Amino acid sequence: MIKKYDISGEDFSLAGEASSNFKSVLKRLGISTEIVRRVSIAMYEAEINTIIHGGGGECEAEIKSNAISVTFRDNGPGIANLELAMQEGYSTASEKIRELGFGAGMGLPNIKKYTDDMLIDTAPGKGTTLTLIINL
Amino acid sequence: MTYFHSVTLDARKCHGCTNCIDHCPTEAIRVRRGKAKIIKQRCIDCGECIRVCQSHAKIVAADDFSMLDNFKYNIAMPAPSFYSQFRCEISVNRILNAFIKIGFDDVFEVARGAEYISAATRELIASGNIKKPVISSACPAVLRLMRERFPGLLGNVLSLVSPMEAAAMLAREEARKKTGLCDEEIGVFFISPCPAKVTSIKSPLTLEKSNVSGAISVKDAFAKIRPIIDDIEDELPLAVSGYEGIFWARSGGECKGSGVEDYIAVDGINNVLQVLEEIEYGKVNNVEFIELSACTSGCSGGPLNIVNPFIASRRIAQQSKKRSNVSEPKIADVERFSWKKPVEGRKHSGLDDDLEKAMQKMELMDELYERLPKLDCGSCGAPSCKALAEDIVRGFASENDCIFIMREQVKKLAKELYELNESFDASAK
Ligand SMILES: Nc1ncnc2c1ncn2[C@@H]1O[C@H](COP(=O)(O)OP(=O)(O)OP(=O)(O)O)[C@@H](O)[C@H]1O
Ligand code: SF4
Ligand SMILES: [Mg+2]
Repeated sequence: MIKKYDISGEDFSLAGEASSNFKSVLKRLGISTEIVRRVSIAMYEAEINTIIHGGGGECEAEIKSNAISVTFRDNGPGIANLELAMQEGYSTASEKIRELGFGAGMGLPNIKKYTDDMLIDTAPGKGTTLTLIINL
Repeated sequence: MTYFHSVTLDARKCHGCTNCIDHCPTEAIRVRRGKAKIIKQRCIDCGECIRVCQSHAKIVAADDFSMLDNFKYNIAMPAPSFYSQFRCEISVNRILNAFIKIGFDDVFEVARGAEYISAATRELIASGNIKKPVISSACPAVLRLMRERFPGLLGNVLSLVSPMEAAAMLAREEARKKTGLCDEEIGVFFISPCPAKVTSIKSPLTLEKSNVSGAISVKDAFAKIRPIIDDIEDELPLAVSGYEGIFWARSGGECKGSGVEDYIAVDGINNVLQVLEEIEYGKVNNVEFIELSACTSGCSGGPLNIVNPFIASRRIAQQSKKRSNVSEPKIADVERFSWKKPVEGRKHSGLDDDLEKAMQKMELMDELYERLPKLDCGSCGAPSCKALAEDIVRGFASENDCIFIMREQVKKLAKELYELNESFDASAK
């Protein structure tokens, strides 16, 4: 089963809508609390990145019998040094973004921590595609 | 498994107006055949429906005064929020004396119990033996909500009994010593601002059995006390609680008593829901203590109270200030006031136990939802078009419950009849 969401890069008040919506889908499907929690946390971080760094994009979340995989795609600036971006505390977020409470540089490390697998396809100018996988 | 609910419906009074279904935070009410129906598994007894029901059809299964006859010695335990139902000039001591006047043998302030719980909370937090952020457990409506909707957060909940239970334990101990009676002969009555506390007495989550014998609604106690409050003479010195205990009646009171500087005090059930979501997302990691009250302004805004929550809250500030020279108990007895059984999360019931089937039903639900008008008008008896789609898939409702779909069906039927008639005419010619 696949759920698709548009991630608007303009409206900050909508940030977290996709993850919140998918969370209630998972709860309705009777997925265990712990899995729902892990998916929610990882998905929320990825959704925020798509908005503030990627300028918006799309999300496709799939539930299969053995795993949940969620892909975020954007046509933003891409990540030049992925190794650096994966480090805890590394952030390029602007002062304005930090004032909103983002930019601690913990998003990507948290996604890694809460998922079983995480794939990133990115290059400067090419945009970023991130897939997170949590086994059932 | 279902548990006892203190919120019930008086079907004779219910007009089926759908006012309550819009305000239920857990979407636990439907209107069926012109009457509201509470879905027991979802209801957390928060009492929001009691507030909004214009017909007063939502009632609380509290106890009445005749229950005092079952005991030899009766103790009244007013919640600190009860003090806020009276003008500030009326002292706490006078309010407590009124309980003796209306037939109780003694009083024990729940505010005193709260002071013991505060002391134990400080001790527990200082020990470091506790997961952060620590989430308070004093509001039973919130505890039920967490058990149903946020079981993953139960590990963060402060595992101490409520001030009410603490007070009842202390009151019983005192009474046994004073009278030589045994527990069965002592009646301990909580004066309750809310249905959630009533439920927590009748079917406690954290104890095998409550120490409280019965719950009397604030409304009923107030009705007895208000007419006599101005005439009380020869006051006995009954008030013992201080600033800290009384302040618990307000949102933020428990936080104050926790001794923690970095805290959030959340009041109002919808705010509680939002903050729990944020905690579940891991976005509130650094805060030390989180107090959650289902009611606006905390217990001073309880649904069975009479006075407006904000006015009540200010009165609590005044009353507690008047008693700021009273010292709190020094003993911190964590062991004694700890939960006697853990609260276990309920596995949320998915659309089906089998994931494949649940997904099929989910797809069906989405299809249904697309056909509905998305007006969330409530005429079908469900709180939203989404909820109706889910009810249909779960087998509790049908598409024709939607008046718009019904109208379409009628139109279609009328058209078919018309065409049928035309064809008869044609063949007759
Ligand atoms: N979709 C994306 N497009 C472009 N750059 C990205 C994207 N996602 C992450 N990055 C880069 O990786 C860095 C680290 O991301 P990470 O999510 O770990 O931290 P953050 O978003 O800066 O802060 P936080 O997530 O703690 O609010 C970002 O600052 C940004 O430079
Ligand atoms: S906030 Fe207080 S009055 Fe309101 S439901 Fe919770 S315990 Fe009862
Ligand atoms: Mg981030």
